[in-house]
Amino acid sequence: MADYLFLIPLLPLIGFLVNGLLIGRLSRPLISLVACGSVALSFLLSIAAFFELRALAPEAREITQVLCGWISADLFHVNVAFLLDPLSAVMILTVTGVGLLIHVYSVGYMAHDKGYGRYFAYLNLFMFAMLTLVLADNFLLLFVGWEGVGLCSYLLIGFWYEKKSASDAGNKAFIVNRIGDFGFLIGVFIIFWNVGSLDFVAVSRLAPEVFVAGGGLITAACLLLFLGAIGKSAQIPLYVWLPDAMEGPTPVSALIHAATMVTAGVYMLARTNALFILAPGALLVVAVIGAVTALFAASIGLAQNDIKRVLAYSTVSQLGYMFLACGVAAFTAGIFHLMTHAFFKALLFLGAGSVIHAISSQQDMRFMGGLKKHLPITFPTMFIATLTITGIPFLSGFFSKDEILWKAFSSSVNGAWYLWVIGFVTAGLTAFYMFRLVYLTFYGEERMDTETRHHIHESPKSMTVPLMVLAVLSIVGGYVGLPHIFGVTNFFEEWLHPVMSGPSHEAARQALAAGGHSAAMEWTLMFASVALVLGAIYLAYYFYRKNTAAATSLAERLSWAKTTLVNKYYVDELYGAVVVRPTVYFSLFLWKIFDVIIIDGTLNGLARLWRDVSDALRHSQSGQLRGYATIFAVGVVLMIAYFILG
Amino acid sequence: MVPVSAYLILAAVLFGIGTIGVLITRNMIVLFMAIELMLNAANLALIAFSRAFNLVDGHVIVFLVLTIAAAEAAVGLALIVMVYRNRETINIDRFNVMKW
Repeated sequence: MADYLFLIPLLPLIGFLVNGLLIGRLSRPLISLVACGSVALSFLLSIAAFFELRALAPEAREITQVLCGWISADLFHVNVAFLLDPLSAVMILTVTGVGLLIHVYSVGYMAHDKGYGRYFAYLNLFMFAMLTLVLADNFLLLFVGWEGVGLCSYLLIGFWYEKKSASDAGNKAFIVNRIGDFGFLIGVFIIFWNVGSLDFVAVSRLAPEVFVAGGGLITAACLLLFLGAIGKSAQIPLYVWLPDAMEGPTPVSALIHAATMVTAGVYMLARTNALFILAPGALLVVAVIGAVTALFAASIGLAQNDIKRVLAYSTVSQLGYMFLACGVAAFTAGIFHLMTHAFFKALLFLGAGSVIHAISSQQDMRFMGGLKKHLPITFPTMFIATLTITGIPFLSGFFSKDEILWKAFSSSVNGAWYLWVIGFVTAGLTAFYMFRLVYLTFYGEERMDTETRHHIHESPKSMTVPLMVLAVLSIVGGYVGLPHIFGVTNFFEEWLHPVMSGPSHEAARQALAAGGHSAAMEWTLMFASVALVLGAIYLAYYFYRKNTAAATSLAERLSWAKTTLVNKYYVDELYGAVVVRPTVYFSLFLWKIFDVIIIDGTLNGLARLWRDVSDALRHSQSGQLRGYATIFAVGVVLMIAYFILG
Repeated sequence: MVPVSAYLILAAVLFGIGTIGVLITRNMIVLFMAIELMLNAANLALIAFSRAFNLVDGHVIVFLVLTIAAAEAAVGLALIVMVYRNRETINIDRFNVMKW
């Protein structure tokens, strides 16, 4: 049953090996064929796996494929094994589907880059690592994928390594992620120490028996796991690497830093939901950090001028939503938003890439404008994505975001009005900055220089087709998870139900249903957020289209706020002063004082001592035979004297 | 009958003369002769003991030593001839290149 499961990650690995080992020897069409073909096959196999899984009874939807033993030491056993269940099925479909579209898009986007083969090799390696991550059946294999995607992220952020800022951004991403990975590993150690297994299925089953619900141990373990998620998924306080990661090629930003890798933290939380449900305290931390990050990042997004940076902060903000959902034990809603977000955010990034491609690599929105008529495919698709992310009714983003907001308000676990308010305000900010982006980019006068203006062109087919496919997905993607108050079945929730239901989780579900929150309340909140979004869109329209002078004068009156936002609340400067510079000084101390003076001094001093002593002694080796004989004779006489007299 | 101690004293005196000869001479051939003297001093001591204890072992060893001394003299003299051909001297103090 599903014997081909291991091929899903393996095929991109083969693509990586072919493209990586034969770098510079394959023609460009062949590189594209290998890279896209391997991912396409993975995608087809994922679809097959999905249908095979769906044919099973809901309780039996759990296929484990053990490839081989990996580590076996006394009580510690880990296999290289893949787990296909409803959750990983959703993930492999999303990852391979969006990944395939972005591979195809890259063929057009990177067509003139000299690192073409290297680019696709990295991209395939990333697909391999990401699929290993989502298919892993134990913590250790997940960690392999986790580090693998981190590596690929580093390689692709610094893809244009001749640029100092790009290689710096790569280092920043890698180093910041180390902090999170450290926490993640300690969390895994705690789990193994107590449960004695690393398999997800076994841990989920045994956790309620081993851990005291709400106890310190499980809370610590969950918080440490969450620390890993904070690093990987760019939440406060470790979000700083993601905006800088925009130095990479735009399709990379779409694939790794919007649609897939950064959602690994959310996936990990959903995968270990049986643990988190035992630690409401940890979940509250998750919810609060998620909500605060959502608001914080959205507010920074208001004042950024680089089109990709706006989208980067938007990604951080949307990831905050997902964690908010996980924090109120609505893991299904989190995964749902993960999926819809993958569609519309990938579309936004690819659209932004198409815009950048059209106007000669300009990313600053102050030098765009009026592109609507020049980009007949990019504009409508990107506009659809914008409507989707802002939560216009009946598009996918509306359903997923609304479910998160409702759960934040009503959930029996940590649900609270203040979480809803934060999410609600964030929705308004999202609508504002997204429409600001659209108005600055596509409407108004053309602010680029004349040279660029003559060269504006719509992107080739390989780029526009993925845009159109993603636009369709952004519209219809939400219909798998309609809210209950529409009087229909929520297929997505049904589908994920077997994975999300531990015994303790069942109780949470019932409590949620019986929480006393009426359908009327849900309708009210839904209308409130739609009204807010429409208001925010009008505001953006007013400031950036109708009356741009008002925007300027408002910015002048609130210049302190604007400066703060433009400088991203000075968080980078703060980290620089508190963490980076002390580390640099401490390293300088270790280098100049400890290493050079103490360690090297000791070793060199010893060496010099022996050299000087030997220098003095070696002159006794005179080469005079009679001298040696004399010493020899005197020695013999002394020895005889010793034996006779002593 | 001459006591053993007399032979031993003679052997010690011969050995001492040989040793001093080795230490003070610069001529390789003289040095060689001094070594022969030391060897024969040792032979004398062996024979003296052999007679005193009425055993033949000492005699046997002396024959062995004589044979080896003859072979050694042949090889040594051949070396000295070669050394002289190369350096035109047999002054031992001139052969001090193997030093620090």
